[in-house]
Amino acid sequence: MHLLEPRANPSVIMRWASPALAVLLTLFVGSLLFIALKKDPLEAFRVFFIDPLNSAYGWSELLLKASPLILIAQGLAIGFKARIYNIGAEGQLIMGAIFGGGVALLFEGTGSSFALPAMVLAGALGGALWGALPALLKTRFNAEETLTTLMLAYVASFLLSWLVSGPWKDPGGMNFPQTVMFAATSQFSMLADGLRLNTSVFITAAAVAAFYLFTKKSLLAYAITVGGEAPAAARYAGFSSKRTVWFALTISGLTAGLAGIAEVAGPIGQLNLNISPGYGYAAIIVAWIGRLHPVGIVGAGLLMALLYLGGEQAQLALQLPAAITGLFQGMLLFFLLGCDAFIDYRLRRRKRRTVAATKPAVPVQEAA
Amino acid sequence: MLTTAPLDHPPPTGEPRLQLLHITKRYPSVVANDDVSLTVMPGEIHAVLGENGAGKSTLMKVIYGAVHADIGEIMWNGRQVHIANPAAARALGIGMVFQHFSLFETLSVVENIALVIGGKFDLPALAERVKSVSEKYGLPLDPNRLVHSLSVGERQRVEIVRCLLQNPQLLILDEPTSVLTPQAVRKLFETLRQLAAEGVSILYISHKLHEIQELCDTATVMRGGKVTGHATPRNETPASMARMMIGRELPVCHAEPYTGVSAPVLQVRGLTQPTDDPFGTPLEGIDLTVNSGEIVGIAGISGNGQAELLAALSGEALVASDMVRVGDKPAGALNAAQRRDLGLVFVPEERLGRGAVPSLSLTDNALLTAHRQGMVKNGLVNYAAAKDFATRDIARFDVRTGGAASAARSLSGGNLQKFIVGREIMQTPKLMIVAQPTWGVDVGASAFLRQTLIDLSRQGVAVLVISEELEELFEICDRIAVLAGGKLSEAVPKQQTDAEAIGLKMSGLFAGTTHGGSHASA
Repeated sequence: MHLLEPRANPSVIMRWASPALAVLLTLFVGSLLFIALKKDPLEAFRVFFIDPLNSAYGWSELLLKASPLILIAQGLAIGFKARIYNIGAEGQLIMGAIFGGGVALLFEGTGSSFALPAMVLAGALGGALWGALPALLKTRFNAEETLTTLMLAYVASFLLSWLVSGPWKDPGGMNFPQTVMFAATSQFSMLADGLRLNTSVFITAAAVAAFYLFTKKSLLAYAITVGGEAPAAARYAGFSSKRTVWFALTISGLTAGLAGIAEVAGPIGQLNLNISPGYGYAAIIVAWIGRLHPVGIVGAGLLMALLYLGGEQAQLALQLPAAITGLFQGMLLFFLLGCDAFIDYRLRRRKRRTVAATKPAVPVQEAA
Repeated sequence: MLTTAPLDHPPPTGEPRLQLLHITKRYPSVVANDDVSLTVMPGEIHAVLGENGAGKSTLMKVIYGAVHADIGEIMWNGRQVHIANPAAARALGIGMVFQHFSLFETLSVVENIALVIGGKFDLPALAERVKSVSEKYGLPLDPNRLVHSLSVGERQRVEIVRCLLQNPQLLILDEPTSVLTPQAVRKLFETLRQLAAEGVSILYISHKLHEIQELCDTATVMRGGKVTGHATPRNETPASMARMMIGRELPVCHAEPYTGVSAPVLQVRGLTQPTDDPFGTPLEGIDLTVNSGEIVGIAGISGNGQAELLAALSGEALVASDMVRVGDKPAGALNAAQRRDLGLVFVPEERLGRGAVPSLSLTDNALLTAHRQGMVKNGLVNYAAAKDFATRDIARFDVRTGGAASAARSLSGGNLQKFIVGREIMQTPKLMIVAQPTWGVDVGASAFLRQTLIDLSRQGVAVLVISEELEELFEICDRIAVLAGGKLSEAVPKQQTDAEAIGLKMSGLFAGTTHGGSHASA
């Protein structure tokens, strides 16, 4: 006997309410966790969710962290709609950082104002190439993109590690695995003094608008949705599934690459081994919590960024381990998928048969 | 022992085998069965007649324990019973042959049967029983053959034999003839009569009036979840039964002769296509011409290359360029979108998931193929135009729905089919290919769809219809060919053939597959 049975009409309202429900469940289980750790849950939640936003600096940090998450998730959502699961955005982010960072090193000492635009283009290109590689493997050899994208993320990470501890290592860097700090002309400018928020958020803002327009209006986005919802209907209509694979993986690589260069040409200012706290993976959760919708993703990205900040606060103020951030992210995704499952399915109730008392249990007149 | 089961149960005289009393089953959006009562006597062949959606299938599932009624009682041989699940139904002696078979293709006949029978696992002994039962009832089967090598008719035999091995006192058959040749139908009826003579009760679900008249002793007619009448089919006419079934006269189609210019629109020459699918059917040397202003029908039982031929014609599968010509252009190497640009439209057999995306609205589904009707500029969709198109489609083709914003999956099969056919026709095609146009569609909508196809062809469009329903093909087509075993017979004018001849060809008995013979039609 199956435990779950499909619902005839999954509720549209619940589909949008499900992220909110998932947040509430996460908070509930989170408070149990805090109680078990002998911390006052209310105090913990204040530290986690209120304190980070008490200052302009906090808000700047929130946007700074949300920006790459939102940018990457926009690209990933396109593929997820087509059921193409790029889970290696982290690798594409790193390749974007490597390509863009490499250009920054080329421009080192020139003071050219073309440096930053060239870096952004190179970053986009690097990410797109790293996304196109699994597309080639899938269309040509039918290799599962879930595996190849993830494996290529490790390749990218090792490549970065080799570059910053080998050919690109800062000679004056006391042997740390890192490049020189980029010149000011190779960095996004700050939006305000004392805040780390920089002009790269405008790339994200433009991307949100572009992706919104794309998903709402373009025939290609429609074809992608059809390919994900009903592959046979896409074949029937003559929508190319290969084109969808190429487009989805390249575009998600491109946005991840942009996020990568925004990080190294922004708050980090160099290539080193810690250019991303797992933005590429967290963006997968952001895309789903945002219901794969360009605007929903903005809200989800802000929420996820708050979890990062809260996690840092919790380490400082409550002496909780760094794993707390991952724990909350994981719970959020778990409850979201759980809520979604109950939107599409319901528990099968084992009903006792009820015999209507009002009907006599004698045979009625029948035409033989 | 189980082998001669039906004889072991002498019919209890005078007592009904099965009685359903006031069965009501509600689903969230619909009352599938509303106070349905039914009596089946031992040895009686009882028809349950009704259109799609009349509640027949739900009622049978209640009897078979797959669905539980909200209200009502089931009496089995005079005792009130609660049938918890299909296993309980089988234990009582209720067997069911489903419309869609539930066999594992990679297993042999006897292995498939062993999976359901239970008991001691002794394949050789079971194979013997399968053999003896199948021979006794005129259903010859080789127990050791793999299911994927069996024809559809043979697979149905496996299902029936599987039921017979389980002592049925009641056998339920759900639309059993939809996959059979006329000759095989006759054979099946003989078997059913033999079973009935031995005291087995038979519930026969169908919407085919002439079959019910030929076979059944009594009939219960259902409409909209309610019983609308009881009848003795032999005393009724098809028209009178249809009236009970659909509540009005049986609609008929009118076809005027075509008077316009007739020129070949679809030309298939030597279409040969191996298959990647281990259970697929390779196509061999198919020749076919469809002219403007005519409807050509392809008869045959699904699984004989229908899916492969349709994919090769629609462009979902590519073939050599000159094997398929649309108008005067070689089209074999063009994909589905490019062939549509040449004026080809296609209505596939699967409406949900292929002809339409279940979760998307009708507006979005209009876009699926009709986007080339000026709905896209610079890659951007004009959704207002798509909505307008969908709304016109809904109005013109009488699609019963809440509106263009309704999801495709919320429509009944017949209404979705009308929407899809409408969407394709409104693209002013030169060539229309339709697979199983009225499969699962109610009588009223079927007549409408058939008339629509006739009218379309009389406007000079070339129409190709692939259908399992012979009657339908004889009703609407000008010429009929048969696809069997991946080979296509020559299309002959329908006046020069009949169901008997077509049935023989379905068994693969035709000589019209040589190139010399069919070039004459070009």
